[in-house]
Amino acid sequence: MISAPDVVAFTREEELEDDLYREPPLPEEYSVPLFPFAGHGANPWAKVAGSKFTRDFILISEFSEQVGPQPLLTIPDDAKVSGTFDLNYFSLRIMSVDYQASFVGHPPGSAYPKLNFVEDSKVVLGDSKEGAFAYVHHLTLYDLEARGFVRPFCMAYISADEHKIMQQFQELSAEFSKASECLKTGNRKAFANELEKKLKDLDYTRTVLHNETEMQKKANDKGYYTTQAIEKANELASVEKSIIEHQDLLKQIRSYPYRKLKESEFHPYEPECALDRADLGCGQDTTPSDPAGAGETHLYTHIPSYTPKLIKAKSAKCFDKKLKTLEELCDVYFFTQTLDQLHHIERTFRGDVCYLLTEQISRVLLKQQSVTNFLFEDMSFLDEKPPEKQFRGCQGLSQDAMDGKGLEESLAPKVVISLGSYKSSVECVPIKMEQEMEDPEEPKMSESVTSEHQENLDYLDADIKGSISSGESIEVLGTEKSGSGLTKSESQASLPVIPSPQAGRSKVGSRRTVSEDSIEVLSTCPSESLIPEDFKASYPSAINEEPYMDHDDEGGLRFTPRPSPGTADEQDDDSKQESLVQVDAACCIGKESPNFLEPLPELGQRPCEEDGVVRIPPQPYRAEQGLRGGFPCHDGVPGGLLPCELDSRYLSGSREVSKSSLDECSDSTSHISSAASTCSDRTPSPAHPACQPGERHRKRAGQNALRFIRQYPFAHPAIYSLLSGRTLVVLGEDEAMVKRLVTALSIFVPNCGVYAKPVKHWVTSPLHLVDFQKWKLIGLQRTVSPAGVNVLHALSRYSRYLSILDADSKTLRCPLYKGTVVARLADHRTQIKRGSTYYMHVQSILTQLCSKAFLFTFCHHLHLPISEREPEESVVNRRMNFLKLQLGLANEDVKIVQYLAELLKLHYIQEPGQVGNPLLRFDYVPSFLYKI
Amino acid sequence: RSSVQTIGEEQIQNPYTELLVLKGHQDIVRFLVQIDDCRFASAGDDGIIFLWNAQTGEKLFELHGHMQKITAIAPFSSSDVFEEKAHLIITASADRTVIIWDCASGRQVQKVSCFHSTVKCLTVLQRLDVWLSGGSDLCVWNRKLDLLCKTSHLSDAGISALVELPKNCVAAAVGKELIIFRLSASSNGSEGWNVLEVKRLVDHEDNILSLVNVNDLTFVTGSHVGELIVWDALDWTKQASECNFRDSSIHPDVQPEIKLSQSPNETSVQHLTSDEECVFAAVGKGIYVYNLQMKRVIACQRTAHDSSVLHIEKLPNRQLISCSEDGSVRIWELREKQQLPAEPVPTGFFNMWGFGRANKQANQAAKKMQENTPMYFLELVGDLIGHSSAVQMFLYFGELGLATCSADHLIILWKDGERESSLRSLTLFQKLAQNGGLQLKV
Repeated sequence: MISAPDVVAFTREEELEDDLYREPPLPEEYSVPLFPFAGHGANPWAKVAGSKFTRDFILISEFSEQVGPQPLLTIPDDAKVSGTFDLNYFSLRIMSVDYQASFVGHPPGSAYPKLNFVEDSKVVLGDSKEGAFAYVHHLTLYDLEARGFVRPFCMAYISADEHKIMQQFQELSAEFSKASECLKTGNRKAFANELEKKLKDLDYTRTVLHNETEMQKKANDKGYYTTQAIEKANELASVEKSIIEHQDLLKQIRSYPYRKLKESEFHPYEPECALDRADLGCGQDTTPSDPAGAGETHLYTHIPSYTPKLIKAKSAKCFDKKLKTLEELCDVYFFTQTLDQLHHIERTFRGDVCYLLTEQISRVLLKQQSVTNFLFEDMSFLDEKPPEKQFRGCQGLSQDAMDGKGLEESLAPKVVISLGSYKSSVECVPIKMEQEMEDPEEPKMSESVTSEHQENLDYLDADIKGSISSGESIEVLGTEKSGSGLTKSESQASLPVIPSPQAGRSKVGSRRTVSEDSIEVLSTCPSESLIPEDFKASYPSAINEEPYMDHDDEGGLRFTPRPSPGTADEQDDDSKQESLVQVDAACCIGKESPNFLEPLPELGQRPCEEDGVVRIPPQPYRAEQGLRGGFPCHDGVPGGLLPCELDSRYLSGSREVSKSSLDECSDSTSHISSAASTCSDRTPSPAHPACQPGERHRKRAGQNALRFIRQYPFAHPAIYSLLSGRTLVVLGEDEAMVKRLVTALSIFVPNCGVYAKPVKHWVTSPLHLVDFQKWKLIGLQRTVSPAGVNVLHALSRYSRYLSILDADSKTLRCPLYKGTVVARLADHRTQIKRGSTYYMHVQSILTQLCSKAFLFTFCHHLHLPISEREPEESVVNRRMNFLKLQLGLANEDVKIVQYLAELLKLHYIQEPGQVGNPLLRFDYVPSFLYKI
Repeated sequence: RSSVQTIGEEQIQNPYTELLVLKGHQDIVRFLVQIDDCRFASAGDDGIIFLWNAQTGEKLFELHGHMQKITAIAPFSSSDVFEEKAHLIITASADRTVIIWDCASGRQVQKVSCFHSTVKCLTVLQRLDVWLSGGSDLCVWNRKLDLLCKTSHLSDAGISALVELPKNCVAAAVGKELIIFRLSASSNGSEGWNVLEVKRLVDHEDNILSLVNVNDLTFVTGSHVGELIVWDALDWTKQASECNFRDSSIHPDVQPEIKLSQSPNETSVQHLTSDEECVFAAVGKGIYVYNLQMKRVIACQRTAHDSSVLHIEKLPNRQLISCSEDGSVRIWELREKQQLPAEPVPTGFFNMWGFGRANKQANQAAKKMQENTPMYFLELVGDLIGHSSAVQMFLYFGELGLATCSADHLIILWKDGERESSLRSLTLFQKLAQNGGLQLKV
């Protein structure tokens, strides 16, 4: 409703400048950023020429202990999407920037292996060679058979538009966290099951061994133990130990949810995806049954029909074992849920970033209109928690920080998500790399931290050598902290500490020259455990093959707590006034400036980076076996990548198309076809940012409405009927046509409450008075049967409450309209072409009407006498004067605002929970018959 | 084609621009009765009684107790014996029971089931603090539901209407007859009452359908064949009668075929109401205004509705509301007929020419004609269309609006949209003050 991106994209800088001189500038929060590449090409959407894929997609990769980084699947699951993009190569890249302290092992103080519940890390990286920018979300899943019990995975949102990644970082992070939480929940369940099975096996083995030992004891009365017996005893002892270890692991994994629940920020995964799934499933005729069923959603259910096996003492070291697939790792049900969520993400972030931001801004603005927004907005849409408010993903933020943020947001309304100033923890990365990093004095750092860093730096220095001038480089441009660790309190305490050593590091350290083919880590969450030493040990291949040191070199890992003078000012500014400093766009990619809520002094409190995670080298290298096969081909044929059975609908690449073809209104310009025809359209559908059914509905309705106002010269009185609360009946024989008209007109129908729109698409029985109370727009069947006569009789009987649009004879019977509002709303000569744009146009005018109605409703003196003796007539006069003069309403427009005001009053005075009796308001006004 | 007067969609004088549909009944709703300023009860063939708030349309209580359809309902309020005013309603049903309900709690107070026949009418004699039930006999009850006395069996058809008369008398319509009963305190006890038949009036040729008090001195009855008789309430003599509703003489403009097609049903006096001056009669499809002083019909609308008018009510502002089997409610206004300017005879001119005699005759004729033609007429000022079936009854609540009940199981509350809108504004600002202003959720 705020703006029409169709138009905006073509705005050139010069024109706008001219305009600026002529007109007073827009307030900052409403201004639309210029399209920076306006001069380069005719199509403003084709921004980056270099990328090899046609549209954004999601990639899931695994760092396999057998074959190294490998892509598992892409969403959408279509080879065309990734095109010639090298998924293998990119997997390698993204998996090599995992900062998680993801490891399990025997901590020194503990007798048993400890599971480390690692937080996900979130990284933004760019690969200028591939023209790809990615939000990368690393997570770790548990696998009893894997080395160290962990399997590192990552999900990446890959886009050619770097701005999108940077500006939507928070949203992406929140959405991916949901997906990750879903995967991990399923994984914990599966892991617990696995442990239980293993325990049963062990228990069984113990019994067998015990019996054997007893047998031997009995059989052997020589008084000394044979080697056999000793072996058996040892074996028994090791089984006992293994049992205890596994029990401990089971206890740990089971205690996880409870431990997490104590934390305020933890939102346990709820299978809300069921809803999402229903949403996206509605367009298809496939009815995917819940793979696991609801019964399995209960965590850690026992599987009774398991017969334990005997475990051979050395069986654990199995070299030719097959690693579990992702689906096996986390339970079919949760896997499917995750895929749903990822599809949802893909649809949500599809399209141009400009559109996404516009959408977000308008949503925020609409949310602020808490009194009037129920009238024309889809409340379910507004009820959605805005992504920027969800901090679930970044548990790095402490409660304090959240409060601070919330407070600040309420002061300066959330419109701050305008393009240049999107507030996130994405940090600024001044680019020019300078080698003088180490200032001798480190005033803000406590000793321990310094020493810690010194240590790290030593380590890094070693790596840096020889790699400084490497052509291929990974650049960490910014990180977001991800708390790793068991001691949550500590990590929370350190939360506001985003500007902690890492912050300084990433800011200062990442100054670098942009090199041609490089992966740039544009942003990561400052994770406590930056590449722990054992990371190197665990993933030697990664370290050796990847220019990891470049990474360090470019500053990602450099601990430079002191900013160099050049950036110090900037940083100070940032921390002081939280305004966003625009770094020259030409010189850097990550021009987001940091927007820290807490100033630097917190630095000193920074605890040791582990937060209590004691690192010891992982367990001896278990089963490293030969690589099986090469990397899958980059065409991304998923069959080979993902052995597990995917839900069939994920395999059908044409699901979108089939969905759109099901649109009953057969929108000819649906984005799919347009995207297909205009190949230059790199980001296919700016049309639906959040592609819920509601979204599609809007687009479709907008398109149909556009057609309606062009086709029917009497569109104005029809729309006026709807806006003034007079029920409009669309009468016709053809159901599809009637429904199409109803869909078109539905966008003009004000809601009576927070419930569904009072629209009934198709009725075949005679209407009754009660129907007009409930519905303001009705599609009615015309039949020639006797029943049809009754239908028409009812229509004529209640004609005073109705406007009747006859779709067959193209006539309209309704009151006269001579106002001006509808003319602006539905100009048949409008230049608007797209349904979604027209929808926005309608939305903006309706919002204008809403605000008028709001003013009218809540102006005290317009409804009540100022003094006690004031006669009623003068109040009425004042009211009419206000409507006509102040609000500038002409003729029947007054009635529209009055009706909306009435709805507002009803809505406001209605007690929550109490469903008011629906009332029907009407006027005794003559109707006229309009013909084409 | 009917000659029913119609009004267009533009109805400036019709104040009812808002309606509320009250759903609850599962069968024909026949009775509406006002309890107090803002409450009313509805009852019908489903045997359920609902209590409603007339302002909000809120359903207050749902009273279950009768097994069959309700045949009579009467409010029984007051009693200054108790501190607070107790609002009771008495309902009679075809299951031969009578129940007293408490409107404050929605509870059944008492139930009587000793009737030999269905009670068809109920009358409360507020003055004596007793109530009467009329079925095949007439029973007198006190508040505690003690049967004080009863008459002998009157007729199988039973009493169709009861009305209170002065001097502890009651008029009961039994078939064609009108029977006057007198209640008298019995000699042996303070609580005992006797009921005596005083007089039987047999002036009607057909069943008496309606019986209504005009004032302390007069009451009116109407019969099935269109007789309207005005009675003296003290000596029960016939003061006047009007039975020419069938006669076309007062309607010279009516086409003869309509007259011919008239059946007795179309002239039955369905309902009567009155103010001090006039009796308003719903006769067949038409409405007649009978002036008591002039003793003649002063205004009429022969076909006010498409079918029988079931209920009629006079509003304070010279307006009249009628409802009918055709499902519509109409609002009429009694207006004085403008005399045509040509009507006064220019006597002087004729006198001058010596036509005095002839002039006198003409003058008389004109005078006679003037007397015959009604000086008033009923103007349709609005109609309310909402029910899909016969509107059985309505209840006028003054400012609060109008409640109509119908055979389509619905009750509709018609309201003045302007007034409701300003009331809502008032509520809104009150709530706003309560909440301390608009709290915008940001």
